[in-house]
Amino acid sequence: MLSDQDRIFTNLYGFHDWRLEGALKRGVWDNTKALLARDQDGIIDEMKASGLRGRGGAGFPTGLKWSFMPKDPDADGRPNYLVVNADEGEPGTCKDREIMRHEPHRLIEGCLLAAYAMRAHAAYIYIRGEFIQERHHLEAAIAEAYEAGLIGKDSCGSGWAFDCYVHHGAGAYICGEETALIESLEGKKGMPRLKPPFPANSGLYGCPSTVNNVESIAVTGEILRRGGTWFAGLGRPNNTGTKIFGISGHVNKPCVVEEEMGVDLRELIETHCGGVRGGWDNLLAVIPGGSSVPCVPAEQCESLKMDFDGLLEVKSGLGTAAVIVMDKSTDIVRAIARLSAFYEHESCGQCTPCREGTGWMNRVMQRMATGSAHKHEIDMLLDVTKQVEGHTICALGDAAAWPIQGLVRHFRHVIEERIDEYTSNPADAPVAAE
Amino acid sequence: MPKLTIDGIEIEVENGMTVLQACEEAGVEIPRFCYHERLSIAGNCRMCLVEIEKMPKLAASCAMPAGEGMVVHTRSDKVRRARNNVMEFQLINHPLDCPICDQGGECDLQDEAMAYGLGEGRFTEDKHAFEAKHMGPLIKTMMNRCIHCTRCVRFIAEIAGTEEMGATGRGGYTEIMTYLQSAITSELSGNVIDLCPVGALTSRPYAFSARPWELRKTESVDVMDAVGSNIRVDSRGAAVMRVMPRNHDDVNEEWLADRSRFIWDGLKSRRLDRPYVRKDGQLVEADWDEALALVAEKLKSTDGARIGAIAGDLCAAEEMFALKGLMAGLGAASLDCRQDGAALEPSAGRAGYLFNPGIAGIEEADALMLIGANPRRDAPVLNARIRKRWLRGGFEVGLIGENADLTYDTTHLGAGPDSLAALIDDENYAGQSEHPMVIVGADALARPDGAAVLALAAKFALKRGAIKPDWNGFAVLHNAASRVAGLDLGLTPGAGGQDAAAMVSGGVDVLYLLGADEIDMSGLGETFVIYQGSHGDAGAHRADVILPGAAYTEKDGIYVNTEGRAQSGRRAVMPPGEAREDWKIIRALSGALGAALPYDTLEELRAAMFQAAPVLAELDSVPQADAGAVQTLAGQGGSPSSEPFRGGANHYLVNPILRASKTMHDCVAASETEQEATGTDA
Repeated sequence: MLSDQDRIFTNLYGFHDWRLEGALKRGVWDNTKALLARDQDGIIDEMKASGLRGRGGAGFPTGLKWSFMPKDPDADGRPNYLVVNADEGEPGTCKDREIMRHEPHRLIEGCLLAAYAMRAHAAYIYIRGEFIQERHHLEAAIAEAYEAGLIGKDSCGSGWAFDCYVHHGAGAYICGEETALIESLEGKKGMPRLKPPFPANSGLYGCPSTVNNVESIAVTGEILRRGGTWFAGLGRPNNTGTKIFGISGHVNKPCVVEEEMGVDLRELIETHCGGVRGGWDNLLAVIPGGSSVPCVPAEQCESLKMDFDGLLEVKSGLGTAAVIVMDKSTDIVRAIARLSAFYEHESCGQCTPCREGTGWMNRVMQRMATGSAHKHEIDMLLDVTKQVEGHTICALGDAAAWPIQGLVRHFRHVIEERIDEYTSNPADAPVAAE
Repeated sequence: MPKLTIDGIEIEVENGMTVLQACEEAGVEIPRFCYHERLSIAGNCRMCLVEIEKMPKLAASCAMPAGEGMVVHTRSDKVRRARNNVMEFQLINHPLDCPICDQGGECDLQDEAMAYGLGEGRFTEDKHAFEAKHMGPLIKTMMNRCIHCTRCVRFIAEIAGTEEMGATGRGGYTEIMTYLQSAITSELSGNVIDLCPVGALTSRPYAFSARPWELRKTESVDVMDAVGSNIRVDSRGAAVMRVMPRNHDDVNEEWLADRSRFIWDGLKSRRLDRPYVRKDGQLVEADWDEALALVAEKLKSTDGARIGAIAGDLCAAEEMFALKGLMAGLGAASLDCRQDGAALEPSAGRAGYLFNPGIAGIEEADALMLIGANPRRDAPVLNARIRKRWLRGGFEVGLIGENADLTYDTTHLGAGPDSLAALIDDENYAGQSEHPMVIVGADALARPDGAAVLALAAKFALKRGAIKPDWNGFAVLHNAASRVAGLDLGLTPGAGGQDAAAMVSGGVDVLYLLGADEIDMSGLGETFVIYQGSHGDAGAHRADVILPGAAYTEKDGIYVNTEGRAQSGRRAVMPPGEAREDWKIIRALSGALGAALPYDTLEELRAAMFQAAPVLAELDSVPQADAGAVQTLAGQGGSPSSEPFRGGANHYLVNPILRASKTMHDCVAASETEQEATGTDA
């Protein structure tokens, strides 16, 4: 369990003042000038040493990502940009929201440090359109930071010019994909770009850009202050540091909590959430990383390490660490069918497999949810998910495919029973609980 | 120069090439829907997936840069399966209504389905259904068939430059449309029909009229403007069913203007299919002997000085050459191929009336001045080339004349010759460009002071440094397909002859109109008018004798485009009724006159013509004209008036074939309602 002194987000619940005054008391902006006096590559090395992996879902090493940015942005006249992905739209996920609400200064300080390390003079925070209060807090905090000279022409007195802009989205899940986010930021329709070129070569306005998750950026200040080895000392190798988990669903007290990486799922649920509704034995399955990852059945949850590698072992993923807990009252087929409907609705429609596949999968899933299907269609459905997975421009296709693959892998018998039930008495077919 | 291995074939390709292009170089075919070499890369159809060693996933070859040492597999099981899968996805919501689809037989989806389709569908859900979208009189839509490749959207945004198409909605509910279902205003809109790989966008006028395998395909040249776009005339029996573009990288690339593409219904209506003579004020049907005898008698009984001839805008070189021979035999010097009065004449030299840098040369220019020219109206395809150059950046475009939207940014520097003169005198005005280009258009030349304007333009070109040993940026943009050949053949007034303006205002007693309709007939008075042409337009209405000729699809003929490129048009169908190829009519008339022209076949005529104008013999080449002509023009002086340059007629209706086309009138109506609907003219 994470000890209090290792906690980064000390105001995650908003019990204290989120404004500058309160933030300063919690150690944010503490001698940031000294950090800005450090060598830029040194900062990147420190980040590499910390082992921080991107908190947006894919878990790409943050320091390595930063090192892709051109070291001399003046060489071809194109500036470097930092883009912060605050378009938190993954179902079940609500960690960045808490940061922006209650710890906005941590994010802004992180932006400054990350931008400095990547030789960028501007950061764009692309915030989800539905986040109104979060935006107000963020904008107020940025105004405070400008006022206090923490950012601006001479950030913290370091001589580094830095501007921070907040841009709010218009409500499309796909705009959380980094290149779609860049398109949207440029004023275009949010559709993912082809890679290569990667944003580090040609991103926002055709300039080198790095897109980072809010949490990845917000922890930067503490990592640099306390050192990469401190961060690397938490968790397991390759899965280091602390992580904000959001636990929702059938637990007694759903919550957002900062914990050490690799924490036991059972410990996480029982310590922070008051246990599964009806007791641990009432657990059916969890979706451990936001709606996009395959579910994990109860029998595998017993000693499940909540980090990237631990969840990979059970063919799932950490994703955004948004744990959706489902107890035995859950109609798991219908639950996954609902996610399929979500992905059909959110597919941008650009590339064929996703545009056609999400609709197809959803329609079959809706029938599976009532049992109005044939058993051979289960394999066909699985085949369709494989046809989508890995063949699309962005990862939304994968995200739509994985939950279904997880369902078929672990709950095939439930689907089959549903089909049998429907076939034996179609007129009186069970309709999943409304 | 990366070297890569494709299906075991080692190949070295140019830097910046994609894997798909490299595969093509290696002779390996990659199926594709969204990729098109003249459009930006979308990478969305996923049909071109290939396997590249050391890459975890299949890569879209159209978007993947060819890299050193790549090992590409395009025939592996994995690739084959991926293509099968993409094909299945393309077809699940596709209506599969090939039997009633106009694209049938020339459909990429159909072809690829033959190669990669699974033969049996597994999709049992209801298909999506979308309503057809209104896109104007030219494009018929059936959006259920759309596979969202976005070629049309990219064409309209990138090549046509009007940004009026796009995708609304999301996911499977994405719809391609003109946002408010207004007619597409681009004059290049028909090209989206060719680009559409399925039957979502088809030709509205051609709808349900023929199947591609029934059509006889004749390669020819377009005459609706002076670009000389390469076309393919598709005909069935005696009828032209449609006109399609052919690729010619130096001329029209693979685009075609709407008025050139949708002209074919004009070839079927208002046709002159038999000779007529005027009796008691009424035109009555006659036979060839009677008509020719009447003309011969009239010509014989008139003094050569009182006989004149005007060649219209659509004439091929052959009939103009024959007409010139006929007039010479009659001792008539009043001969003109410039019915609009354009102040162009061949005496200074060929460079004085050609688009010297060439159409492809636009891409080498680095600055452009448009003088009384509206290339979007007069030569839409050429305008697209200017836009293409402009998109690359570093290309200032100045404009003197009507300030029109040309689909690229222009700086309006004035309205008439005064502004041009002021610019020449302005010592502070100096361009820095290496290869400046000056385009002089019809608005500047077809006016009484045209010669003086032309001289000014030449002066400006010299001052601006457009004439260099290796670069001639002086460019005359013609709007008549016949004009350059006419000037090459010397169809201008001889010694003591009158020009078109004088001839039509009572200067002659007998006037021979060879397809010339765009003149003011009201000043002709008692003049005896012989009209030879294909359509019952202004000339035929005024005529005393009508000799029915052939339209451009009905005769073999050489046309020289604005850059001086001679190209050969070919006969696709026979002229209707008793109409005949035009040179034959003139040859027959010369026989009736008793002074037969010295050729009996087209080959003999051409041999004689090539002797008179050797440039016409060099088909599809552009001999460099001596730039001294521009110098000569600049020295000619003259004082232009202060009248601003004014635009011409609606570009859909500039010749008799266009005016006979219902489709073109629909286009005019659509563009007018569009203007009303948007309320731009308040």
